[in-house]
Amino acid sequence: GGSAVIDMENMDDTSGSSFEDMGEMHQRMKEEEEEDEAEGEAGAGEEEDGEFLGMKGLRGQLGRQVADQMWQVGKRQASRAFSLYANIDILRPYFDVEPVQVRARLLESMIPVKMINFPQKIAGELYGPLMLVFTLVAILLHGMKTSDTIIREGTLMGTAIGTCFGYWLGVSSFMYFLAYLCNAQITMVQMLSLLGYGLFGHCITLFVTYNIHFHSLFYIFWLVVGGLSTLRMVAVLVSRTVGHTQRLILCGTLAALHMLFLLYLHFAYHKVVEGILDTLEGPNMPPFQRVARDIPVVSNAVLNTTAKAIALTV
Amino acid sequence: FPGLADVSISQDIPVEGEITVPVGSHSPDEDYSTLDEPVKDTIMRDLKAVGKKFVHVMYPRKSSTLLRDWDLWGPLVLCVSLALMLQGGSADSKDDGGPQFAEVFVIIWFGAVVITLNSKLLGGTISFFQSLCVLGYCVMPLTVAMLVCRLVLLAGAGTVSFIIRLIVVGAMFGWSTLASTAFLADSQPPNRKALVVYPIFLFYFVISWMILTFTPQ
Repeated sequence: GGSAVIDMENMDDTSGSSFEDMGEMHQRMKEEEEEDEAEGEAGAGEEEDGEFLGMKGLRGQLGRQVADQMWQVGKRQASRAFSLYANIDILRPYFDVEPVQVRARLLESMIPVKMINFPQKIAGELYGPLMLVFTLVAILLHGMKTSDTIIREGTLMGTAIGTCFGYWLGVSSFMYFLAYLCNAQITMVQMLSLLGYGLFGHCITLFVTYNIHFHSLFYIFWLVVGGLSTLRMVAVLVSRTVGHTQRLILCGTLAALHMLFLLYLHFAYHKVVEGILDTLEGPNMPPFQRVARDIPVVSNAVLNTTAKAIALTV
Repeated sequence: FPGLADVSISQDIPVEGEITVPVGSHSPDEDYSTLDEPVKDTIMRDLKAVGKKFVHVMYPRKSSTLLRDWDLWGPLVLCVSLALMLQGGSADSKDDGGPQFAEVFVIIWFGAVVITLNSKLLGGTISFFQSLCVLGYCVMPLTVAMLVCRLVLLAGAGTVSFIIRLIVVGAMFGWSTLASTAFLADSQPPNRKALVVYPIFLFYFVISWMILTFTPQ
């Protein structure tokens, strides 16, 4: 390509160019030599002419060298930029954990701390939260499949991934922004980590209540398990914030978002099964409820086929 | 380094040897011959490599052949066949015929990429495409399970068939996870194997769940 290369053939107008003068002088000298010399030395003259390659040759060689240099520089810059930005080693410190640490942090996420006057330590680790988000996606898929949720725009998988990752990343960013406004001492990675580990309570609750369909059971789990993980997150945040109003704003927002998300996950992806149970409770058919309590896995298939049969007859 | 002070080479022992690195001197000839060989030979060689890898997945031993010469033909074939078999199997087949195929494809490749990145971040020594290759080939037991499920569903969709499908899918899921763990967990530091195995478990669990809950029209 000629765009990046200085096209020296177009510099004919610069009459002061020393290259051209040199070239012309050489050319004239060569011609004079050839005229002066006998035919016997014409071969040598031609050879020399061939080596010199004339004016075009010199420009061509220079152009080629410049092009070569620019290519080298461009390639070096591109590889440097690539190794800087596409380097996953940036994330490596956040994945430096042992399995015992992950287990300990999972259990700790359900235990609220008592000491809120001293800033609590938050581990800035991303492996646990990432795995919890994926687990939540898997549980959500299970819930959507068993409730035969019909997603019209988009796919089941896309909705599940979008919901879970959207919550984790979006609410973390929002809380980090609020924390910045309220002068809390927390970094983005710590916020991501805190919220991610808070999803452990959600995973447990949804795993249990997607298999055992009882309104009251869900509410108990929502309050107890959801409440414990919320209390832990709130306590850690409070320990890192100064001032009553700021503490109230931060913790109120986090508690509300966390608990409402669990409520949303349960009801948005479960309404078909709730509807079936309501219609079953109507004509007084308690045996189905007892089946749901005993063998959850098989009862889903039975419930679904029965529901389809009922829907067909209605 | 005090101990190296007395090391000296006496003057009368000539230092000699070869500096040239012994490269396979017949490699230019090899390149020539693979270019000139008939197409059948090339295809048969690739098919044999793919077949050998399938056998490795069936009997997972700790061998490095699967890792050394990675290829993505097997994963592609398995992924496409699994996605084709999983099509048209939900309440509204009119809406879900298309996205079903894309869903399975995206899940398998996106999941494999995430697991590979995770194992690299945890300090793994395996390369990106080698890991993709292993994870893709270990989907084979689940493809076999899908085939069996489809045949069982042809006979009927009652509780007995559900139990049979559950057992078959469960066994194949265990086989897949064990096979991929046998290849991938070796490349990790020993105390972090559980951290790498869990995402693989989750990945094959999601695929098994899609197979198990598949009900044709």
